[in-house]
Amino acid sequence: MTAVQVPTLKSVAARIRSHVVDMCAGPEGGHLGGAFSCVEVLTALYFSVLNVDPRRPDDPARDRFLLSKGHAAVGLYATLAERGFFPVEELAGYGRPGSRLMGHPVRAVPGVELPTGSLGHGLALACGFALATRYEGRDSRSFVLLGDGELQEGSVWEAAIAAATLRLDRLVAVVDRNGLQLTGATERIAPMEPLADRWRGFGWAVREVDGHDASQVADHLAAAPWEPGRPSVLIARTVKGHGLPFLAGRASSHYVTLSKRNHARAMGALQATDTA
Amino acid sequence: MSRATREAYRDCLLPLLNGHPDLICLDTDTGLFNAEYAVAAGEQYLNLGIAEHNLMGIAAGMAACGRVPFVNTMAAFATSRALEAVKIDIAYNRLPVRIMATHGGLAAGHLGPTHQALEDLAVFRVLPGMTVVVPADAAATEAFVEQSLDVPGPLYVRLGRKPSPPLPASPPPVIGKAQTLRQGGDVVLACCGPYPVLACLTAADVLAVHGIEATVLNLHTLRPFDAEALVAAARPATLVVTVEEHWCNGGLGGAVAEAVAEAAPTRVLRLGVPDRFVDVVGSQEHLVAHYELTAERVVRTVRTALDTAARSGTTDRKDTT
Repeated sequence: MTAVQVPTLKSVAARIRSHVVDMCAGPEGGHLGGAFSCVEVLTALYFSVLNVDPRRPDDPARDRFLLSKGHAAVGLYATLAERGFFPVEELAGYGRPGSRLMGHPVRAVPGVELPTGSLGHGLALACGFALATRYEGRDSRSFVLLGDGELQEGSVWEAAIAAATLRLDRLVAVVDRNGLQLTGATERIAPMEPLADRWRGFGWAVREVDGHDASQVADHLAAAPWEPGRPSVLIARTVKGHGLPFLAGRASSHYVTLSKRNHARAMGALQATDTA
Repeated sequence: MSRATREAYRDCLLPLLNGHPDLICLDTDTGLFNAEYAVAAGEQYLNLGIAEHNLMGIAAGMAACGRVPFVNTMAAFATSRALEAVKIDIAYNRLPVRIMATHGGLAAGHLGPTHQALEDLAVFRVLPGMTVVVPADAAATEAFVEQSLDVPGPLYVRLGRKPSPPLPASPPPVIGKAQTLRQGGDVVLACCGPYPVLACLTAADVLAVHGIEATVLNLHTLRPFDAEALVAAARPATLVVTVEEHWCNGGLGGAVAEAVAEAAPTRVLRLGVPDRFVDVVGSQEHLVAHYELTAERVVRTVRTALDTAARSGTTDRKDTT
């Protein structure tokens, strides 16, 4: 697809954030912080990088994307709706009886390849996508978005070894490096730095980027593979809850049910950012 | 001729791979497939290393893209270490991954409880959409691998390690259908796996000498479970005895008890490995004998139960001696 212009990427990201705020003001609330930290990554993927067609979500030649940090489902749903996989109005049903929008992504939602939610599954699944695609002789790519807390799951590194061994250079991982997990800083709970060196040590090509610059994220992802024969990982430096001053950078943004007052506050903050 | 079911699987898979380019064999360095095999299978064989969760995840990802992976690990690791990937990535998505699990039951023998799988049938048979089979010999293994081409969702196949004897001439085994190896009206001997089935067949011969006629049902498919055939056999009988290489709870005995309790008021007695970890050393045959998964025990169990029933007047049978 044609790359979308930078101002448009910004406005798409703003719309996604406002949908997430609405969903998190619903009866069940949602994983706002980790959804907000990856909004620009999702925007870059769906509005610039991925070869996907909402009218043909099962096209065998499509690029595949998995949200391995499945708890950011609200961000994915908003992105898929904005991209045209299903009507934006359907987002209002999130978490409510009769809706297909569960708290973690399910296959019933158009555009969702496989369900995720239990951490540490996505990278192996994406390896399977990339391997099968290679057997088919296609050059489509497989993308997977991992949380940084998720990297504490050993299965991630099993898959990292396999991807490098199998030389899956059509596989691209993005790590949403927001530095926070449910109860606090990842570096306090289970330090991962030097994170780039860890991935390099596992045989991956590594780049780092400001994860809130959708244009830069898109440029890096579009250029992958960066090294022939190696899978690529983009470490996106992000802020949990980015865009909401009263939640940004706080572990408490992990799961939020917004009161009417805080919903208004959040919308106000987003509009202020949008017009800044 | 005695033959290991895992070797029967390996040998019959190769021509199947050659004939079906969508099939792929994914290994975790189990040692079942040597370098020659890998050459013969070409790019349809991949050794992914010792990482069972990863194995199931990659297999699920490939299956979601239209491949049909045969994945190889030991039953113990498929059941517990890799279970979350089996449940969420494979079963939840109804993907056609074939989990070929060696060292089932007591087949790991002297290798001990880390390698024995005495819970696998209980675990796999509760997973929605999973097909679970236990071939009793090499011929049944070949039949099930061939029939797997028509199984739309995931499949778990419990295999052995060392050679086990073939069953005597019997009707062809069909996934999902109880295999009636002998018919008799007094008791039902329900079993699965090489040694339990052979024990039941021998026991039925001995019981016949004592005037007790036994139906022997090889319930090789635990899911979908052929409750209809079981209940039809159990309803007129006085007793059902189950025999399996599995902890007593949750496996074949559990499946039989559930089905019979709901539809046929016939007593069920379950014979399996006692409810504790194996603490003796020896071969599979030694352990099978140690835990008395034998014809002698089946005969004793049936005769004791029928005697007790006769004494208490709960059966019309007057002479069980």
